[in-house]
Amino acid sequence: MAVANNELEKVIIQSIMEELAKKGLLSQKGKDHVMAAAIMDTPIVPDTHSEDMVTFPALDEMQISNPFNADAVRAMKKLTPARIGIGRAGTRPKTISWLRFLADHAVAQDAVFLDVSEEFLQRMNLMSVQSAASSKDEFLQRPDLGRRLSPEAVKTISEKCEKNVQVQILIVDGLSSTAIEANIPDLLPALMQGLKSSGINVGAPFFVKNGRVWVQDHVASLVNSEVIISLIGERPGLGTAESLSAYMIYRPDETTVEADRTVISNIHKGGIPPAEAGAHLTDVIKEILAAKASGVKLNQQK
Amino acid sequence: MILKAKVYNKLFGFESLKEVMAKANEEKSGDELVGIAAKSASERVAAKLVLSNLTLEDIYNNPIIPYEEDEVTRAIYDGLNLRIYREIKGWTVGYLREYILDHKTTGEDLAHISRGLTSEMIAAVAKLMSTMDLVFGSKKMRIQSHCNTTLGVPGTLAFRCQPNHPTDNIEGMMASLKEGLSYGSGDAVIGINPVEDNVETVTRLLDTVKNFMVKWEIPTQNCVLAHVTTQMKAIEKGAPVDLVFQSIAGTQKANDAFGVSAAILDEAFALAQRQGTATGPNLMYFETGQGSEVSLDAHLGVDMMTLEARTYGYARGYRPFMTNNVSGFIGPETIYSGREVIRADLEDLFMGKLHGLPMGIAPCYTNHMKADQNDQEMGTLLCAMAGSNFFMGVPGGDDVMLSYQDTSYHDDASTREILGLRPLPEFEQWLEKMGILENGKLTERAGDPSIFDK
Ligand code: B12
Repeated sequence: MAVANNELEKVIIQSIMEELAKKGLLSQKGKDHVMAAAIMDTPIVPDTHSEDMVTFPALDEMQISNPFNADAVRAMKKLTPARIGIGRAGTRPKTISWLRFLADHAVAQDAVFLDVSEEFLQRMNLMSVQSAASSKDEFLQRPDLGRRLSPEAVKTISEKCEKNVQVQILIVDGLSSTAIEANIPDLLPALMQGLKSSGINVGAPFFVKNGRVWVQDHVASLVNSEVIISLIGERPGLGTAESLSAYMIYRPDETTVEADRTVISNIHKGGIPPAEAGAHLTDVIKEILAAKASGVKLNQQK
Repeated sequence: MILKAKVYNKLFGFESLKEVMAKANEEKSGDELVGIAAKSASERVAAKLVLSNLTLEDIYNNPIIPYEEDEVTRAIYDGLNLRIYREIKGWTVGYLREYILDHKTTGEDLAHISRGLTSEMIAAVAKLMSTMDLVFGSKKMRIQSHCNTTLGVPGTLAFRCQPNHPTDNIEGMMASLKEGLSYGSGDAVIGINPVEDNVETVTRLLDTVKNFMVKWEIPTQNCVLAHVTTQMKAIEKGAPVDLVFQSIAGTQKANDAFGVSAAILDEAFALAQRQGTATGPNLMYFETGQGSEVSLDAHLGVDMMTLEARTYGYARGYRPFMTNNVSGFIGPETIYSGREVIRADLEDLFMGKLHGLPMGIAPCYTNHMKADQNDQEMGTLLCAMAGSNFFMGVPGGDDVMLSYQDTSYHDDASTREILGLRPLPEFEQWLEKMGILENGKLTERAGDPSIFDK
């Protein structure tokens, strides 16, 4: 029934659009945009009776025509998510790897525009505030806005957050909300537990929407924690949109430069698994607290 | 200095050289973000017109960022050959463009005047050049360098094999490296970006690649692209380093953000000379790209293209073996579309070469910008025609650790075959010995990483 509803909706939207366009109230571009949005949630399955469809072959399928050592190729493909052992047509990729690349590009582009769901934030019991960027488009074009908090966020944080803790944890969507939803459920408890069992006092973690790395400096100026750590979504790649980074800094102020931050990247199930990352980050934070420094300054002390 | 111009019936006035330089640029989102881009197409032309009429002396006398305040400016001015500068200081920027393009002007001539040009002069002339101008000018200049092998030999095109892995897993990295070599990629360098920036990881990767190079007698150089200070510690502890890497930018403020300075780079270069494994004399590998200063809020109101030229002015004193430009690496806030990336790549290739740098380009894009593989391949072919010394080589074009797309091993082999270019001579011999290449073409055996697994 849902499909029929959507079809009906589409027809209605389309006729309204046509009318508006005729009256010169809507550009062709605007019309296409709305139509594309309307069609988006409609599954495009015109022929539901047929079982036949074209899909991508399994990733481990042998693509090299006459491999010198087929077992070795298979073993190598298991060791890395990189696109290796994919064969060639002349010097060009095979048709199937080229199309797979296009599909992965399409998915990665879409991932940038996803939001972390309300349901997820509730489930994780995370308070949510927003940066000064009010939409994803604005966030992408105006990094300066993603680097500071909205006035409401400043108020909420000032009122609700515990001050002068040793460590404040932020969850920031950054360039991938997928990375947040995929890793935080395992990463956050592991990190909280690690820090608490080391006797470190931690403020309640909270979520910043449309945030960049530097938003942590703004938060630190309000909560005055020793260390502030952001668990932030990296830009999505073709291989995965789930990759998350932890950016940490010891007492940022006006003299802070980027090199004062310590970063651990590639946290995801195909990189540093989130639970393991929790333990690793605990160790790094302990080092930062002990050295009262992070980033290149911390490395110089080692 | 005349800073006013009339474009048909419209009069435009500018406050400073800095403003003219910014407004003369082709459209780029980073300049718009900073609020310094031309407001209209006519204003853009007016700025180009003003610029074309300025002399090199005008530019010399009006440093875009003061000498006293910025060590990049100091590197540019202190490194200048004043005798050559005095011979040409009366030239207008417009004349310089025509001189570069003139049939009588050779690559040798350009290498000579290069020593008398500041980075700002080089940026200025590139702002007056179209796509074909940039390709034509770039192609005249061939800059060679030597580490273990020679880069930039006429008729060759080299590649950095970039076998990155999301956990620095040694076998996983090796799998991508073998794949790359089997496509003929890796003659410029085997260069790995490590996930973990520490001495142990860096040393492990360097050792592994070096041992493999020795075992299979591969004529190339190794490098691990950690922060320069980490590489220095690794060298001191005895790790085998052919090339020392660092990202650099066009203002002192941006370099501070990167955690580098002239003092650190001097020390790194000296260390590579004393304790590195390579023959040299060129031992440094730099990466640059339009937009990093904007991204770090360290642009000081200067446009991205001029800052990129200044970065080359900073680099040239270190006589790098390779300078790689990654202008499409950051995102839409600095470079919005495929069109903007292609333009930036060609500008950077030209400006780098006119600085006398052995340039390579990474025509690349991220998934949050408006560009796709078609744009990337156009950029690659144009830069190859313009005589880029090298490109990157990434498995299937997808870097699974850095999350962006760059030239693939397939693109590497394709570009060579399309344009009749060859690998670096020593490496070509090695490829033939391995049965990977024959008469400049991949053999049946090529494209198979298991040829290294008997
Ligand atoms: C894009 C990028 C850059 C861009 C940053 C511009 C930008 N707007 O993002 C540029 C090209 C300038 C850059 C430079 C460097 N980078 Co970088 N970069 C990345 C990349 C590919 C994606 C980052 C991302 O998605 N950010 C998320 C968004 C939401 O953040 P943002 O707020 O928009 O942008 C900030 C961060 O990107 C941050 N950042 C980016 N790189 C680095 C590196 C360090 C050490 C720090 C402290 C911060 C930092 O700078 C931006 C401005 O605040 C990651 C790889 C990855 N998988 O994450 C590597 C990565 C983070 N970079 C890395 C390195 C080593 C560097 C350099 C130190 C290289 C060098 N030797 O000089 C330099 C200098 C960095 C500095 N101190 O400023 C390493 C860090 C390794 C580590 N554990 O320390 C990574 C993990 C890649 C790698 N494995 O080699 N980088």
